[in-house]
Order: sequence, then structure tokens, then C-alpha cells
Amino acid sequence: MAQLDVRQKLEILADAAKYDASCASSGTSKRTSADGKGIGSTEGMGICHAYAPDGRCISLLKILLTNSCVFDCHYCINRKSSNVRRARFSAQEVVNLTLSFYRRNYIEGLFLSSGIIKSSNYTMEQLVEVARSLREDHHFRGYIHLKTIPDADPELVHQAGLYADRVSINVELPTVGGLRRLAPEKDGARIEGAMGEMKAAITDTADARTRYKSAPRFAPAGQSTQMIVGADAATDGEIVRKASTLYDRFGLRRVYYSAFSPIPDASAVLPLQRPPLMREHRLYQSDWLMRFYGFSTDEVVAAADEATGMLPLDMDPKLAWALKFRDRFPVDVNRAPRELLWRVPGLGTKAVKSILAARRWRRLRLDDVARLTVSIARVRPFIVCEDWRPVVLADRAELRPLVAPKVKTQQLELFAA
Amino acid sequence: MRVVTLSAPDDVDGWRDAARGLLADHVAPDAVVWQVGDAATDLFAATAAGPPPAPRHDAAAPAMRVPRAFLDLANNAALHQDPERFALLYAMLWRLRATPRLTDDHADPLVRRIETLAKSVRRDIHKMRAFVRFRSVSDDAGERYVAWFEPEHHIVRANAAFFVNRFASMRWSILTPEVSLHWDGAALQEGPAAERGDAPEGDPIEEVWKTYYASIFNPARVKVGTMLREMPRKYWKNMPETALVPQLLATAQARESGMIDKARARESTVGDNARAAWEALRDEASACTRCHLYKPATQTVFGEGPVDATMMFVGEQPGDQEDLAGQPFVGPAGQVFDRALAAAGITRAETYVTNAVKHFKFEPRGKRRIHAKPDAGEIEACRWWTEQEQMLLRPKVTVALGATAARSLFGKVMTIGRERGRELRLPDGGAAWITVHPSYLLRLPDEAARASEYERFVEDLRMAHAALG
Repeated sequence: MAQLDVRQKLEILADAAKYDASCASSGTSKRTSADGKGIGSTEGMGICHAYAPDGRCISLLKILLTNSCVFDCHYCINRKSSNVRRARFSAQEVVNLTLSFYRRNYIEGLFLSSGIIKSSNYTMEQLVEVARSLREDHHFRGYIHLKTIPDADPELVHQAGLYADRVSINVELPTVGGLRRLAPEKDGARIEGAMGEMKAAITDTADARTRYKSAPRFAPAGQSTQMIVGADAATDGEIVRKASTLYDRFGLRRVYYSAFSPIPDASAVLPLQRPPLMREHRLYQSDWLMRFYGFSTDEVVAAADEATGMLPLDMDPKLAWALKFRDRFPVDVNRAPRELLWRVPGLGTKAVKSILAARRWRRLRLDDVARLTVSIARVRPFIVCEDWRPVVLADRAELRPLVAPKVKTQQLELFAA
Repeated sequence: MRVVTLSAPDDVDGWRDAARGLLADHVAPDAVVWQVGDAATDLFAATAAGPPPAPRHDAAAPAMRVPRAFLDLANNAALHQDPERFALLYAMLWRLRATPRLTDDHADPLVRRIETLAKSVRRDIHKMRAFVRFRSVSDDAGERYVAWFEPEHHIVRANAAFFVNRFASMRWSILTPEVSLHWDGAALQEGPAAERGDAPEGDPIEEVWKTYYASIFNPARVKVGTMLREMPRKYWKNMPETALVPQLLATAQARESGMIDKARARESTVGDNARAAWEALRDEASACTRCHLYKPATQTVFGEGPVDATMMFVGEQPGDQEDLAGQPFVGPAGQVFDRALAAAGITRAETYVTNAVKHFKFEPRGKRRIHAKPDAGEIEACRWWTEQEQMLLRPKVTVALGATAARSLFGKVMTIGRERGRELRLPDGGAAWITVHPSYLLRLPDEAARASEYERFVEDLRMAHAALG
């Protein structure tokens, strides 16, 4: 292989990393470099330093150490049988690149993953070395996300957790059958086993820190995972259930959904066309319903179409749920408990919080609610206020045309010639 | 009319002191004019000429206690560019005397308006932290980092601590049209307003950064709306990477369809584990419950043949014998099929043979199980498997045996009589041929018709085989 300069390597290794959806830099402990030693800081809230035209946030320098891989997973652009150009960064190159981007305020930190070379342990050692060098040689206080290798030695994985803010292992596919078919060398049980061990380590150190202030921090931003949507037979209902199990069993911070997208030099096993990007969006919305709106998994699944198990693409899952369970509405904004207000389409957690605070002092009118929401027209059929009762609306057999978003015509090209 | 003159557009402390004095003097909000320096911030400021009256308030009066929530709100909202901000805040403070719980009433129009101001300021603060781009310059003391930034509101001073905490060991300057900040590694200094020309032109690392920006973009998913919502155009001019956006978008469509065409052209490989993937698919199918046919049937009858076969045959569904054997085309129709294949010069072992529906559908009649035609729902449910087989094999030629197979492959009803004898295109672009199902030949009562139909069947197979080239 001809020698590649850093920019050429970056082109290859960033390209290879872009199929990981996560770019979060949030939820870690607060650090600064105000002591004048080293560089970097983290706040609770992450920062997106740029956005790519694919709508994804660019918060971290997201690269692979190498895109050579001994595995042959069909959905992956880096699989052994793929014809992509291969490249490999040295640990030092990654460290320098991270620091020079960070100093110019391009990024919050580093998200480092890798294809598997030689062995799982060897690969993991390389990843840990980059994190170690950043933290110990350069006193880097920014964000580090390390992908861990399921089969690597637990001691190495533990070290990764000590340097990194977040660690992740991808479950890749929502069904066991899908994983066996598309990633024959990966083992679902081993992936989940590794996530279980990670959870135990995170809980242990968090526990130790409540007793000893000097106990080391271990992956303070927790662990996350990713599922590919649309490459196997899983329905939205199955994906939602799988995500919910993962949250429960492994205490994950986030489950990312990545709509399968065509890759260069695709394996013939993969579908040619991508699933609609809206499907990914609807899954994120249902994820939100479970995490922030008190919906149970069964309720979210109930919003899906019974025959196909798919969430509707033309409206959000909360609205779909509300239209299916019309008997739960209208909800009185002046009396209903928080849990019921959360169920009203068009009322977000913030609006609900504001309603709860305001109604302690006075009864709310429709105008008041209108000031707290984006579109009162959408909310109106589902609520009762001091001066509003959806009498006629509630009797309408078909609410859908009133509240469902209008189907947009084909989006115009922004930069059309 | 009282005129309050604040020293700077972000003089929150000045506003707070003045507001405290005004409250103590019981000055109503409509009797106050707020201005920054010499510039009026209020339409009525001009009418309020004359020196401000001396404060009259009684220093001994107990200071009003203000809720913490209001101070947080005021600290942000006061930085907004809206000239009315100070007046609005004083109006709210005035009302807080009588209604201390006003901060909880987010639906109140005034509170809402001030909260909107504060939100806009918080966003601008956040975006400044995100979108400031330093450029490196060298001077006698080493490296220094300089940025030019144009915020929407008066947030630069309020944001200084963030940059100090993050880049404490670097020497840096942030230049803006209102004020400039300089950090020398130990202390923060303020400088006068700057111009874009005061900042350095470029930085070699920017090219590396642009390389990263272009490479991390996935051309198969374009979401311009999301990008613009989070990274509005007003910030673009000071962000080097945004220059690439038009070009990235212009080529995205072509890049995505290029990937699909390439996959279609079968240049891509299945890889070492095509067989493993096929076995996994078969195992997955053996537990299939996508339709109710699995209940009475003995087992799933999956396709059979080498995974690198160039020719794929799709029949209707397994029959009685196939259901027991677990293999496709082994019953009477299978024997006709084998004979016809041989006559057409095709080796069955080199082809892949499967069925559109993979469970035996039948009606029990005494001790016998009589074949029943699968309905549209069952074909649709099973189509997923056939599609997977098709994707895995990517055969050069697919042959649909009978109407059920044709329906499954083309996704719509096809008339055999009209479509047979010529090459057709599958929805995914592959070549396909349609002919009768071999069991049709068994059912013909007339000997002569059976012979001539058999010849036609063989001829169809021969043509499809010839299409392999």
C-alpha cells in the first residue's frame, strides 16, 4: 500500500465511520482546564459544532483507527470482502488530529472506533492507547467516546472505561436471525454479555464514588448502542420492544437507530433501496415517548398498525396513539395529572411543566395554552380548558384530517441549478 | 419621566441597580425611559430630554426580595438585541411586587415574551460556543488563536468564561463587531470593537477539517431542513466548512444512485460467508410464522441449490411429498420439471430452486391432503423470504413457474399467456422469464395437448437458459 498522508487517511477513515449515528457529547461529568494544565472542558450539555447536509450533528471527530477488518459483516462497508481503500492511523496521528481540531473549536472531542485487526485484544489495546495518550500525555479534558470490542479482554475494556466518557457496543440488528445472517461472525449473546459487564462496572464505580471521593470515574456518560433499521425483517413493534429490553437490562443512555443506507461496494445480501428516513425518525419519537413521556412499551407498540407492526409514517406515534384511543380524550388541562397531559399530542414535556406550574395559581384558558405550544390547532381537539370544550370536534368520527400534518409535496431542492 | 442610562448594551448590573432604585421610589414602568450610552433604546426617549432627576429613594427601605427564577431570566433576557428588553424586564419586576408567583405563570403574555427573549439569547450563547472558529497565527511568543464571530445578541462578555475554561492553556482572541476578548494564558482583557479584516485569513488545518466534513457526510441521506434549523445561514459566513455544502448536495443524488447501480451490476461480492448467510436465512425461515400456513404444515420447505447459481427457479408452493421431504420439486411435478430441464440442457444441480410460498397449503379430504391455492395475503407474507433469497443469490436469470411465482416476483398479477416467451425485468432490475408450472402439464387431460404444452415448456426453459449468455 502506498503511503497515505494524514488527509487521505482521514478521508477514508471518516468515510468509514459515518455509519455510526451517535455523535453525542452530552451527559458526562463537568470538567475544565482552568488550572492551565492541558486543554478542554465538558458541560452537561453537548455542543454540536457543525451540521452536515445529512442533518446529523458533528460534535466529535468520528473516525476509525483502521478500516481493515477480519470480519465479513454484510451490512458493513469495512467488511473483509469489500473493495474499499484501506488505511490505518497511528495512535499518535489520531492524538494530533484531535488536538489540532479541538484547539480551533471544531469539535468537542473524539469518537474512536476500529475495524478488527489481528485480534480483538490487539485492536482494543490500540484504541485504549489513543485515549490514554490524550488523557495522560496531553491532559485532554474534552469528550472521548470509545467503541469497545465484544471479545476483548475485560481488563482492557475496563481501562477504556477509565479514560472514556462513553463506551458503546453496537447490537447491530434488532433480531437474532438478522444478526446471524448479516454478521455471521458476530454473536448476539456475546455482545449482550459485554454490555452486561459494562453495566456492572459502571454501577460499581458509581457506587464506590458515593463512598470514596477518590474512586476513579468510569464512563461517566454511560454506554449506548446502535441498531440498523431496514436490513432485516424486524417490524417497528419488534424494534421498539428490543430497544426497551436493552434500556432495562443494560441501563443504556441511548439506543441509536440508523436507517440502513446503501453503501459503496455493497454486499449482495443487502437490500438495494434504503428504508424511508422517516421510519428512523418515527422510531426516535417512540423512543422519546418511552423515555420522557411515561409511555409503556406496550402503549408505543399499540400505536403501530396491527397488521404490519409498523408505525405510521405520515404522523408521529403520539398522535397515532391518541387517534387510536380517542376515549382517553379530551383531557382537562386544569385538572389532569402530569401523565395524562403528556399524552396530549402537541404538548411537550416543557409545555406540560409550564401548565402544571401556572395552574397552581389560576385556571388556564385556551389562549394561555396557545402561548405554550407551537400549534394550538393540533392540541385543541384533545383538551378542555376554562373557556374551551371540543364538543363538535369530539363528536367527529374522523379526526385525522384535522390534526394530521398535511402531506408535503416533494421538497424543493435548495441548491437546484 | 425618569431616564436611566446604562453603560453598555449588556450592562445587566446597571439595570439591576437602577431597577432597585426605581422600585424603591415607586416609579411605574411607563414613567421610565431606558437607554444605553447616548443611544435611545426607546421610541419616546427623545421627549424625555433633560437631566435625570436625582434618586430620591430611601436607602433605609427594605430591599424587595426577588425570586431566583426572575434573576436567571433577567440575566439572559437583558442581553437580547431587542431595544425594549430593559423596559419589559422592569415591567415584570414591577408586577412581581404584587404577584411574586408571576415567574411560575409561563402562559402570561409578558412572561412568555421575556422567556422568548431569554431563550433566543441562550441559543445564541450556545451557538457561539459551537460556531466560533479559531485560526492559528504565530508571533514571537509562539502560537496564538484568533477568531472572528458575529453574534446576534450582546452575549460576548457573558460567554467569555466558557472559552477561558476550555482553552486556558492557549493564547486566544475572539473579535466581534461589538467588543473583542483577549486571553494571554493568565488574564482576560477586553479590547475595542473589531472588523472582519482584523482576523487572520486562513489556517492550513482548515483544509483537513473540510476533508473531514465532506467525508463524514452520508450522501444517501439528505436532510437539508434539519441542517438549516440547527445551523442557520447567518452563521455560515464565518464557518469554513459550509462552503462545501452546495457541492456536497449537488453530487449526493448521483453518489447514492451510483452505489445502487454498482450493486445491481453485480460487481459487488457476497463475500466468504454467502453460504453461512444462506444457512442462517434458511434457519430463520424454518421458524417462520409470518402467516398461518405454518400451523398444519410439516415444515418450511426452503429453496435448494448452490448460492452462486446463475439461474433461479421459483415455483408455487411445496406439495404433499415436498412437505414431507422438506425439499422443493421432488413430487410428480418435480419429476416433470427434472425431465424438462434435462431436455432443455440445464443441470438442476447448478440451479437454485425454490417456491413463492414455503409452506404446504392443503385441505384435508379423508386421509389425503389436497393442494389448495395460496391467496394474495399468503404470497405477500412469504415474499420477504423469496426477496432475501433473490438478494443473496443475485441470479442472472429468474424463472417464474406459474402465476403464483410471477405474482410474488413482480408484486402484481401477471398473465402467463401474454408474458411468456420473452425476457422481462424484475422490479429490482434483474432479468426474468415466466412460464407455466409443471403441475399444469400433469393436469391436462388431452394427451396431444399435454405433449405440445410440454414442448412449449421446454422451449421456454431453453430460451431462459440461452439468456444466460
